[in-house]
Amino acid sequence: MRARLRFTLAASVLGLLMTGPFVLTGLLLLADAKDAERAAFVEFLLPRLPLGALITLFGLIVGMLLLRGLFRQYVHGLLRMAETLRLMLGANRNFRVAPEGPPEVRELARAANDLAQQRDELLNNVDEQIRQAKATVEEEKNRLAALMSELALGVVVCNLDGRILLYNSRARLQFKALAQGPTSMSGGALIGLGRSIFSILERGQITHSLENIQQRLRRGSSEPTANFITSTRSGQLLRCQMAPVLRTGADSATTATVDSLPPGPPPGEGGDGASSQAAPAQEVSMGAELQVTGYVLTIENITRNFEREAERDQVLQSLTDGNRAALANLRAAVETLIDSPEMEVDYRERFTRVIADEASAMSQRLETTMSRFADALKTRWPLEDVLAIDIVAAAARRIQDRLHLPIKNEDQDMSLWIRVDSFALIQAVTFLASRLQDHYSIRELRLRLSAEGKMVFVDLIWSGTPVSSETLYTWELEPMNVGAEISPLTLRDVVDRHGGEIWYQRDKAAHNAFFRIVLPAAATPDAQVTDRTQHLHSDSRPEYYDFDLFAARDAEGSGIDPERRLTDLAYSVFDTETTGLQPSSGDEIIQLGAVRIVNNRLLRQEIFDQLVDPAIPLKPEGILIHGITEAMVNGQPRLDVVLPAFHEFCAETVLVAHNAAFDMRFLQVKEDSLGVRFTQPVLDTLLLSAVIHPNQESHRLESIAERLGINVIGRHTALGDAYVTGEVFLKMIPLLADMGIVTLRQALDAAQQTYFSRVKY
Amino acid sequence: MSHRILIVDDEPNIVISLEYLMKKEGFQVAVATDGETALQLASTYIPDLILLDVMMPKKSGFEVCQALRADPALVATKIIMLTAKGRETEVTKGLALGADAYITKPFSTKDLVLQIKSLLG
Repeated sequence: MRARLRFTLAASVLGLLMTGPFVLTGLLLLADAKDAERAAFVEFLLPRLPLGALITLFGLIVGMLLLRGLFRQYVHGLLRMAETLRLMLGANRNFRVAPEGPPEVRELARAANDLAQQRDELLNNVDEQIRQAKATVEEEKNRLAALMSELALGVVVCNLDGRILLYNSRARLQFKALAQGPTSMSGGALIGLGRSIFSILERGQITHSLENIQQRLRRGSSEPTANFITSTRSGQLLRCQMAPVLRTGADSATTATVDSLPPGPPPGEGGDGASSQAAPAQEVSMGAELQVTGYVLTIENITRNFEREAERDQVLQSLTDGNRAALANLRAAVETLIDSPEMEVDYRERFTRVIADEASAMSQRLETTMSRFADALKTRWPLEDVLAIDIVAAAARRIQDRLHLPIKNEDQDMSLWIRVDSFALIQAVTFLASRLQDHYSIRELRLRLSAEGKMVFVDLIWSGTPVSSETLYTWELEPMNVGAEISPLTLRDVVDRHGGEIWYQRDKAAHNAFFRIVLPAAATPDAQVTDRTQHLHSDSRPEYYDFDLFAARDAEGSGIDPERRLTDLAYSVFDTETTGLQPSSGDEIIQLGAVRIVNNRLLRQEIFDQLVDPAIPLKPEGILIHGITEAMVNGQPRLDVVLPAFHEFCAETVLVAHNAAFDMRFLQVKEDSLGVRFTQPVLDTLLLSAVIHPNQESHRLESIAERLGINVIGRHTALGDAYVTGEVFLKMIPLLADMGIVTLRQALDAAQQTYFSRVKY
Repeated sequence: MSHRILIVDDEPNIVISLEYLMKKEGFQVAVATDGETALQLASTYIPDLILLDVMMPKKSGFEVCQALRADPALVATKIIMLTAKGRETEVTKGLALGADAYITKPFSTKDLVLQIKSLLG
């Protein structure tokens, strides 16, 4: 508009400029001339006036056209260019000005384009640098996490509220092993990012140790750590070492602001006054120099060590104190005898009897102690999970080295794991080989490794001379001495210690005979293998840690405040598979799957995945959908044990499900009879989808996932669907924020208002 | 006048040596094989010195020692405790409960006699 106004103004000025001088000159001449001249002038001018006006008008039009052309090219052209430049600044960085119009404008466009090019290069450069820096940090973090997960010691890092920020797989396995619950989930679920360590360890113990550490820090101790031994709910003994995590220098600027906020007791945590008061006290007392922000716990299950040590203590005791009295009797008697040469004969006899009695009692005691000591030696064996093939290979090397007996391998299964004392087992195999060589002069021994069910077989095979079973029985009870190497243990000891067996067998068809050592296959490496696959699944980022939780002031424990932001809450995303659609007419849950979201991350290994025996026959049409068969649910726990475990898994989190109303009805139907109540808020991704995309026709999980660009794999298992739902939900959070839906309450309200919420399922 | 010694120990194999030793030194000797008998005997016999074993059935040497020290009639009586446990804490306990000396088994008979003589002055 302004440009048009200016054009009009310019046109008017042009008109004035073209007519003005003539008119002015004419008027001046007229004013100066005398009357006669004036009349002659007018007479001369008037008839010729139209011609002059015509020429002037023509000139004016040509001038206007010229002006318009210039205006179009310079003013409008520049305006258009300004618009495209704005576009380049904002919405579309890759847009470029098309050089058009007069050379000057084109030159300007080219210069602007060059500038944009330069800017893009700079920006890309910065982006690249940021990306690289991020990648380095990520790599370091992952290296740390990988290192942690390989440690043979359980490691858990917590913030001051006892929320877990990091744990390694050993800690997870250890706590899983502590689980007493009927399902594998009930205890293993207790360890998880953002979960409270106090569900595993005594709160008082932790608080006390923290206080000790802080005292040591104040005294300037070089080793501000605390050790304690604690027992778990299942009566296991854990040895823990606690080391503080101190606020680093870089963060100290923020310390002041954090400190000035009243930390205050977390609201929903009633009945726990001690800890609520402890937290602010710690903050204040630490002052500015050293502030504890959390702690590292290394945890070791010492229940077995403890029993072992107690036994060895007893052995030691009976060897020392147990002999004192007897020795005193002996010594007193002997000294008296020596010092009293005049002693009467019957007295002398009594003294001699004392000496004989005590001496024989002492040797007997020594004998019993020794046999008990051997037991203690046995219990000292640490069993560890190893690849069976490693043991067999080591045994083969040893036999070849010590006995110079050729060894051949036969059908060795490379994938078998066993739980053994490797040294003793290798010793046992070597012992058998040496006996065979000594007594039956075998020329060659073959080693075979195979498995059947949960049993691993280690076979020592030789051709020719058969051995009688009795021979093996004798060998079993002899100490396993090989050459100069002696062992306090017998073959039977070794076999018993491993919970294994050994026998002799002949294979007449193959003209050979073999000793078979049977060992139970190890169970743990399986768990480790699944861990590894989970690592791969989760975009190669292990989810054992989340240091962002350091900053969270009791992000989870303060109950679920509806005013909290969706991004700050912890969620349990779950799904159920059921026998049918009508819980009220007897349909039952047959599978429950759930995954946790903490700090905006889907934690793919903090899961709940459990089949449930519904105690009613499955419907054939259902089997087509969920693929769960009678055979799969038979022998699985019933809902009355699974639901409480699931309830524990979901504690203090918001529940998320797709078409949650359906799943919630199945849960709620059971609440009264099973005595667990799901009182936490529930978010439904179906309703939220309707909030975000009200004009879309389908709000099925697949459609939403497709819309939001999520790959759907493993659907129609409860856990598979929970994964998809979780990813969908995470994508929805920023979309909701764009609509001004930021807090939990806002999300709940919006969901309620959608059309779908009025539909009853 | 010879000193009176009370030997309290449940093990006859040590009592025989102790009794012989004491008699050889010219002391009068009485023997009790458990704590209760020891207390009864002490109150009538009024020994000058008691050799008291710690590990005994019914009443332990510690209990006996405490009870003896509560008896005003036995103020002058010296108590030597004999124990088969060599722990420092036990020695401290024995002395705290009123024993005059504490001897750990096994011991040298010569040392025991010397100790007794020095206590009896």
